[in-house]
Amino acid sequence: MAKGVMIVAEQRDGALRKISLELASTARKLADQTGDEVSAILLGAGIEGLAAELGKFGVDKVFVGDNAALEPYVTEAHAAVTAKVIKDNDPAIVLFGASVQGKDLSARVAAKLAGGLATDCTDVKVDGGNLVATRPMYAGKCFGEVVFSTSPAMASLRPNVFPAAENAKAGAVTKVDVAVDAPKSKVLEVQKDTSGKVDLTEANVIVSGGRGMKGPDEFKILEELADILKGTVGASRAAVDAGWRPQKDQVGQTGKVVSPNLYIACGISGAIQHLAGMSSSKCIVAINKDAEAPIFTKADYGVIDDLFKVVPELTAVCKKLVA
Amino acid sequence: MNIIACVKQVPDTEAQIKVKADGSGIEEGQIKWVMNPYDEFGVEEALKLKEKNGGDVTIVCVGPARAMETIRTALAMGADKGVHICDPAFDNADAFVTANALAAVIKTLPHDVIFCGQRAIDDDSGQVGSMLAEALNVPQLTLVTKLEYAGSSVKVIRPIEGAQLSIETALPAVVTCQKGLNEPRYASLPGIMKAKKKPVDVKNAAAIGVATDAKAKVAKTIPPPARPPGKIICGDEPAQKAAELGRLLREEAKAI
Repeated sequence: MAKGVMIVAEQRDGALRKISLELASTARKLADQTGDEVSAILLGAGIEGLAAELGKFGVDKVFVGDNAALEPYVTEAHAAVTAKVIKDNDPAIVLFGASVQGKDLSARVAAKLAGGLATDCTDVKVDGGNLVATRPMYAGKCFGEVVFSTSPAMASLRPNVFPAAENAKAGAVTKVDVAVDAPKSKVLEVQKDTSGKVDLTEANVIVSGGRGMKGPDEFKILEELADILKGTVGASRAAVDAGWRPQKDQVGQTGKVVSPNLYIACGISGAIQHLAGMSSSKCIVAINKDAEAPIFTKADYGVIDDLFKVVPELTAVCKKLVA
Repeated sequence: MNIIACVKQVPDTEAQIKVKADGSGIEEGQIKWVMNPYDEFGVEEALKLKEKNGGDVTIVCVGPARAMETIRTALAMGADKGVHICDPAFDNADAFVTANALAAVIKTLPHDVIFCGQRAIDDDSGQVGSMLAEALNVPQLTLVTKLEYAGSSVKVIRPIEGAQLSIETALPAVVTCQKGLNEPRYASLPGIMKAKKKPVDVKNAAAIGVATDAKAKVAKTIPPPARPPGKIICGDEPAQKAAELGRLLREEAKAI
């Protein structure tokens, strides 16, 4: 009989990623409802020490696969080990992070297990002993409540949505067999982004610009505001298609779907495909001189004025507030 | 070279999505249907590979009768032939069912590279490419923004949070396409004329022999939570408005 909640933790360069703690805390909450155990899978090289940290966030038992073949992440190797640990331990629920790596891994593992998987969930609950996962569809234009006909029920959780709270448990380490066939894929090079900026999908604050920015250089004022708020600059499709910002900055249905604590939209009219990508943000600010812009229908706070005057003033105000 | 591009027909990004009153799905009446934008990158990359290395491009699609239009669009762009997996039994297919249906067809075709969009912009699952790779027992390269073909292998660039990876993989492989990979071409008028005569094989679930029971099912579709009406910040000068906004973000929203 399948029992317990298992998370698939994610680490990079020997440090747990924040999503791993969000997974641990969420799993703890679900498991406490049924008095079950939370276990975790942790793969990489030289990472055994991270098990204790997972314990702090509510994990009872950590299955550690510590081997040079598991670093850096390669889908085939990680999926083979992950699927085997899940099969051997028969959890009722498995939670992944809906990060780039987590999405890549979870779908492959779900296929290996011939099991159901709900991607990028924003809510999970246990109802009558079964997992019900709520997830945005059409980039958030509607939501689906997903139920599962297979065990384990698998879901990946959207980063930055579920709170991470300390709740100390044993975090006892169990080593797992990591014997895997040589993968056909090889990571040749990892080119790190040295800007120090958090990825949009994981940012707490996003300052976004659209067509109203008028050109690439004008984004400097958004960079300045984002720096003060320790945030990341995003862009609408119009700004990306105009070549003002790189593709990775695009927020919307054909870009990144984001849910920061604070989203500041500057000179963005709010095309439906953009609104879809950011309307799950906790607090939305719109700065636009067009009072009729659809973005104001989603905004918690709207400023109808020239962004080139308001943004630098706001930067000055925020500088004092965070000092 | 034998190249496969998988496509899905989805509502246009500008479509308003209305949930049916009984929560059983969305109202389809007013929707304009288009090729999934991420699949367009896959079709374009397939055509570029063919133009450089020779071979042919086969479009494979799971979808209702209307999806034939999307297959024809891909043929008009320059693909050679299509397979349309069309059966009401797939109406509630999840990614697992879809991937296995695609795999059942692709297994019967010679294939060096298989392109999929990184996700479809309707259900946003992003699972089909990886599940297809597993069903075919080949490597997967997801979210690819650059691809170089080198005979028996490909080298790709894939962005992850805060970094870019360069990965080399032996073929055959499944590649899922991300914005930035290329600029999809428009179908030309002669292309559209020619597409009408290109062969499309229509197959039902029995013909390909796959199970159609979804493992993860959307039991209920719900509208997004309503946001409480927002406040418009008043003031005479931009500086005044900025100060008031800063105060509200700090004291009321606790967002700063």
